[in-house]
Amino acid sequence: MKRDRAGWIFVAPAMTIIGLFFFLPVAAAFVLSLTDFDIYALADLGNLRFVGLRNYGELLANPLFWQAVANTLYFVVVGVPLSIAASLGAALLLESRLARFKGFFRTALFAPVVTTLVAVAVIWRYLLHTRYGLINYGLGEIGVRPVDWLGDPHWAMPAIILFAVWKNFGYNMIIFVAGLQTIPEDLYEAARIDGASALRRFWHVTLPGLAPVVLLVSLLTIAGYLQLFAEPYVMTQGGPAQSTVSILYFMYEQGFKWWSLGMASAVAFLLFAMMLAVTVIQLAIARRRGML
Amino acid sequence: MTVRPSRRSALGQLVAGPLAACSNGAGDGTVLTFWAMGREGEVVQALMSTFERANPGVTVQVQQLPWSAAHAKLLTAFAGGSLPDVCQIGNTWLPEFVALRAVERLDARVLASSVVKPSDAFGGIWRTNVVDGGLYGVPWYVDTRLLFYRRDLLARAGFGAPPTTWAQWLSAMQAVKRMVGRGAYAALLPLDEYEPLLTLALQQDAPLLRDGGGRGNFRSPGFKAALAFYAEIFARGLAPPASDADIGNLYDEFARGYFSFYVTGPWNLGEFKRRLPAPDQGAWMTAPMPGPGGPGAGLAGGASLVVFRRSPRKDAAWRLIEYLSTTEVQSRFWALTGDLPSRKDAWSAPALVNDIHAAAFREQLERVKPTPQAPEWERIATEMQLVAARMVSERLTVDEAATEIDRRADRLLEKRRWMLARGLGTPA
Repeated sequence: MKRDRAGWIFVAPAMTIIGLFFFLPVAAAFVLSLTDFDIYALADLGNLRFVGLRNYGELLANPLFWQAVANTLYFVVVGVPLSIAASLGAALLLESRLARFKGFFRTALFAPVVTTLVAVAVIWRYLLHTRYGLINYGLGEIGVRPVDWLGDPHWAMPAIILFAVWKNFGYNMIIFVAGLQTIPEDLYEAARIDGASALRRFWHVTLPGLAPVVLLVSLLTIAGYLQLFAEPYVMTQGGPAQSTVSILYFMYEQGFKWWSLGMASAVAFLLFAMMLAVTVIQLAIARRRGML
Repeated sequence: MTVRPSRRSALGQLVAGPLAACSNGAGDGTVLTFWAMGREGEVVQALMSTFERANPGVTVQVQQLPWSAAHAKLLTAFAGGSLPDVCQIGNTWLPEFVALRAVERLDARVLASSVVKPSDAFGGIWRTNVVDGGLYGVPWYVDTRLLFYRRDLLARAGFGAPPTTWAQWLSAMQAVKRMVGRGAYAALLPLDEYEPLLTLALQQDAPLLRDGGGRGNFRSPGFKAALAFYAEIFARGLAPPASDADIGNLYDEFARGYFSFYVTGPWNLGEFKRRLPAPDQGAWMTAPMPGPGGPGAGLAGGASLVVFRRSPRKDAAWRLIEYLSTTEVQSRFWALTGDLPSRKDAWSAPALVNDIHAAAFREQLERVKPTPQAPEWERIATEMQLVAARMVSERLTVDEAATEIDRRADRLLEKRRWMLARGLGTPA
């Protein structure tokens, strides 16, 4: 009993802070999501109406919200595998025995992660320019007609994905490098003696060895990519034709552009529910496959 | 009001914003805080020393906000009780701040003032400051949209004078398009800007909202006529279905003849002079907006000065507004920024009289109309433009688009209808 109390006293400061700065705001946001808080309510709380689940109902009936969901899923479904493949590929190259100047390349490939997003967005906007951009120039050299990257609703999201993957893959690459270093060299040696090709060694030694790391990286990346915001905010402001409005961008517009805080809170909770569902499903699959 | 619609500058402001806030040393006595946006915030600082000398004991602290963040910042400051004493505010934002009961009514002060007089102001601009019968702001500088055009290309296409009616405008655009061929266009109406379409809509007699601002009126024959004209420009391939950002450097493109008509605002007077190559300087001109049957109305834009209700220094704040409204300061401010003066007599300054490109603005300003004064208006206009852009790219019919805009407007106005029904739509 006494030891119990000592334990509680030790965790009390941390619990208080978490309660005060995390659970309380979350609870308040949930209450807010059940109201129609807007500028009229900001003027006078008497104008606040408790609307139950109406915000959620309206959101689910709002085509722009669904478009934001679809845009975000598009970003996740294409961006996450691409990002993981790029990270893994870069990590394998870095760990290859043929690689020289490893320290330099590791730093160079990691550099985009620590650059300022707004600053590199300016450069990417130049690169992606329809008529004067380097990317279209390169495509023109191999006979591809100029692509209106940020102006065409079909190409804006691919451009955002390209930018986001370039900006973020270095982080996962470092995790993969650490993971690769834990795979014992004698496993590769044994496989080589058995006559396994490089591809087979990758499939039967590297990947199983990395499985927990891949799971971790995919969990983190999906959770991160579902919260897409800054890239469209600085590159396209959600356009053209709302093709790059993500769920968080939609929430930002509701909350801080139009001051519909009730609606914005409802968006936040729907996004939370989505992320929770995706994570639970992923963990269930991982458990069934014996990755955990 | 007008947020300069350049994404490049929005990016720049994101980078520069935190560094740009500047302040003045505070002496004894009254310290007035004054928030101003963008370029105005930078420049107005230089005008403060004269005011401070004339008002001993009053110091003005100017704080600069980037336009892209100003609206959100003001609402946040209202929620947090940290609004300044005096503020520049886009005049279309005013109904929102009146609904918040954040701004002070100024009727009595104007009545007693020897400087600020309604008769010196452009009627349409003044009316944007009158919400539900009360005056809440004083025009600082004015803004409207009109035609910037290539005089040389128009002449080559056989038009000696700019168009004054929609029909003339359409035939001028068709003639230009025939001349420039496939690789270029006749006009630029960026699909992410609602001002061009809104200007066409304001030229009609039908109001844009009905039922006391409780419902959209976009299915009126007047609005549909404006929308049909807008749609026709794109359907005939006279304007590129592009947003502002797709154009890249629009000054280069204008110089190269990629488009010959551009509906834009007074800040581009300075930009065109600065950025167009010297040989092209004689080639461009401005003209008032063509209307359905003769010179048409324009959008009453610009910025006003307001005093916030919670300010304990309202008298000093009003003196600052009066100072900024004097003819001399208005002329100096124009010289510093290029922002068009809100006082008619400041337009008789020689430099402004001799500015051939500004003359069209002077004429247009006599014919400007305010946008509907509902706090939701900005949002409705945004939705209007989103639907119009969809109409252009997905080939919706005008009727479908008008119905959809009405549907979206009515949804956005639901709370306002509730407020109106409770009789609380108009704050005391």
